[in-house]
Amino acid sequence: MIIRRIGGWPTWEWKSPFGELERMRREMDRRSEALTGPLLREPLAGVFPLMNVTEDPDNYYVRAELPGIKADELNISITGSGLSVAGERTMPAENEKAGYHRREREAGKFSRVVGLPSEVDTSKVEARCVDGLLTVVLPKAEEAKPKQIAVKIS
Amino acid sequence: MAEKERKELKAREKAEVSIPAEQTKPGPTFIPAVDIFETDQEITVLADMPGVKAKDLAIDLRENTLTLSGDVESPEGKKEEEVLREYPTGNYYRQFTLSEVIDQSKIEAALKDGVLRLRLPKVEAAAPRTIPVKTG
Repeated sequence: MIIRRIGGWPTWEWKSPFGELERMRREMDRRSEALTGPLLREPLAGVFPLMNVTEDPDNYYVRAELPGIKADELNISITGSGLSVAGERTMPAENEKAGYHRREREAGKFSRVVGLPSEVDTSKVEARCVDGLLTVVLPKAEEAKPKQIAVKIS
Repeated sequence: MAEKERKELKAREKAEVSIPAEQTKPGPTFIPAVDIFETDQEITVLADMPGVKAKDLAIDLRENTLTLSGDVESPEGKKEEEVLREYPTGNYYRQFTLSEVIDQSKIEAALKDGVLRLRLPKVEAAAPRTIPVKTG
């Protein structure tokens, strides 16, 4: 490969010397990922709650960690290819006489919209909240599902 | 609502922990956010541990070190492919040193909606006694 590039005719990287650097950087990322698992590539949206989205051929799965939030305190709505999750985390008042050593948990309102790569069947969306983990299952719209295409032999 | 306007929750990245003992299972371990408060009778610990089931939560009080550890199974199915990842999933681990003597037999722990509530009653303080001095 290297020999070919030195002796051969430079074709695709000829325009910019940085093109090659960029390609090497991507290659490095890819290799380190193979060692340590997937990196956090997407920039953080910075909006609570943080969400993970996965897909299989039939559904999208949206997950968010919402400890201490009951299912009925959540307001989830769906429009075509966007999922909106809003609610409020409240914390009951504790004993007034209690003295705090640490107070790291926070209460407050939140509202988040996450876009989905394709249309979903809005009538069949299901959401459940178990152990503080919200899972929304969104079946893909028929036209967005991958289809097997048979190759005909003529 | 008389109180001031409710604030908005901010997204926070999970804090990763480096624990002295090496893990048998690979993957990151996180520090759960906690509230700890104390009254004359007891110490209460509230810890956010989303995704931990009651059977996977271990609470250990030895000497005066309290250890919380929760194992989290990956919620994702095997066939699922990643589209967007904003937070990592992993086990939780945190240790505290308690200055008070805790009555081990009365500890109560409850896990609800991913929040652990741990009550640690203090050993009843010895009633103050006046010691009579004998004259002899």
